[in-house]
Amino acid sequence: MSFDVEQAVGSLQNEFPQNIVNIKEYRNETTILIDKESINKICNYLKHNLDFTFLADLTAVDYLEVKSPRYEVVYHIHRFGPDCEENVRIRLKTELTDSEPTIDSVVSIWSGADWLEREVYDMFGIKFIGHPDLRRILMPEDYEPFPLRKDFDVRNREASKKSFEKALEDGTD
Amino acid sequence: MERVEFISEEEVLLHEDGTRTETMMLNMGPQHPATHGVLRIVLHLDGETVVKAVPYIGYLHRGIEKLCEHITYQQCLPYTDRMDYIASICNNIGYILAVEKLLGIEDEIPERAKTAEVILFELGRIESHLVGIGTNALDLGAMSAFLYCFKERERIYDILETVCGARLTTSYPRVGGLPLDLPDNFEEIVRSFLTIFPKTLNEVDSLLTRNKIWIDRTKGVAVISAEDAIDLGLTGPALRGSGVPYDVRKATPYLGYENYDFEVPVANEGDAYSRYLCRMEEMNQSLKIIDQALDNLPDGPFIADLPDIVLPEKELTYTKMESLIRHFVIVYEGFKPPAGEIQHAVENPKGELSYYLISDGSGKPYRMRVRGPSFVNMQALSQMVEGSLVADVIAAIGSLDIVLGEIDR
Repeated sequence: MSFDVEQAVGSLQNEFPQNIVNIKEYRNETTILIDKESINKICNYLKHNLDFTFLADLTAVDYLEVKSPRYEVVYHIHRFGPDCEENVRIRLKTELTDSEPTIDSVVSIWSGADWLEREVYDMFGIKFIGHPDLRRILMPEDYEPFPLRKDFDVRNREASKKSFEKALEDGTD
Repeated sequence: MERVEFISEEEVLLHEDGTRTETMMLNMGPQHPATHGVLRIVLHLDGETVVKAVPYIGYLHRGIEKLCEHITYQQCLPYTDRMDYIASICNNIGYILAVEKLLGIEDEIPERAKTAEVILFELGRIESHLVGIGTNALDLGAMSAFLYCFKERERIYDILETVCGARLTTSYPRVGGLPLDLPDNFEEIVRSFLTIFPKTLNEVDSLLTRNKIWIDRTKGVAVISAEDAIDLGLTGPALRGSGVPYDVRKATPYLGYENYDFEVPVANEGDAYSRYLCRMEEMNQSLKIIDQALDNLPDGPFIADLPDIVLPEKELTYTKMESLIRHFVIVYEGFKPPAGEIQHAVENPKGELSYYLISDGSGKPYRMRVRGPSFVNMQALSQMVEGSLVADVIAAIGSLDIVLGEIDR
């Protein structure tokens, strides 16, 4: 019998009844909302007990003025199955508040999360506890705002100007 | 000096025979012909051996994800060209499919449009692999293979130009199907490509596959094991070169790929040579798919009949009041997908490209996340080159086949 999404969800519900907030199904995709303290526990279980070895994507969304808590961190986790024939994908989500945008890092579970978490930090300012090297990745290192936050003003050039002028200054000695 | 503060201190190495050496820092890039764009790698060298390699990216960052939050779904399409510009048609089709899934109109797309998209997608794959192999060979000193590859790439550009009027930045299909019907000579020019191309592929094959220098430079170089490749999230030839047969076209078929007869080539060594072999065989498989698609290219409508999403015919816009109003509403407000979120993945030439779209019910995406294969694949570089020679860094970058436009977005 082949493995499917229901089995994965059922297994998670059995194992972590307290940590799963809700489960949604939309356009054949399953989204599981979990509390943020259990992210490492659940990801470890998914990888080692249910064989979800592949982290397809990790990103975040800012829901400023749409809902509270403000941020969501989104994980797309994939299970190949034997000979890559099952291909089960689930979406895990956790919510982070504006006052404390931090979450445990999953780099120790999937090392591919390294750059993906750095990008989320770079774009949203969400801190990943336990990340080995949490630096900005796409924006300049001395850049201050976080561009993908909804309250980022795209017309305000001050931050870019500042880091450009600093680079010019550094280059002229 | 202040300005090199981002580079850590040089390390002192103590060797077994008691000698002390210091590592040397070498800045490879951002402007370097073999980094395939503006990529900077800080190499820490012990003699000619790489001790540590730290990539720095972001030089091409344009903030495409942010830009797309401010424009309608149709307007996002040209931005997707500018990510993986080597195979922009594949990015376009990937985006269109994601929006169609968000709208829930996959079943309404006419077969003719789907089949044409398969043909163009596979042409894009061949185009990208030709650049990948050609530049990889060029970086390692094989100039002639590069010229053969680029000659064929021109033919694909000619086909794209006939179909959509643009060569590099295609922005071609539309949500719902094709904006115009395929040109009359489409089948003819693709067929002629199908007869000419295998000859060149054979020539490239005979120039490289059994070439002693090529084998010496790529076999056993930049090795990554299957476990590490999965752990790092590699996809595309970088993953299949390590023996994992994951291909989105087989795993979660889109555009009716389940109806085509093709194989997923896999090589087991995990080195630069394996990745090269995968790309070569994938081009053969793409030819097979194109051939089948051309045989089954149906006549009939090329765009879905969805008045709320698809623009009316140009002729009607000029002559009918209702069409003009419809045109105006779709252009000005955009179509409005129901609130919800989807992720749609396609097998881009370089690996899994997925779009994660969130709609809040308005005409603009609330969030568009692009998971580009190059961004994730690039992470493997440090692991691949540490402990090998400087010259192998070039082979590793070439064999990963990255494109910086997509890494930096």
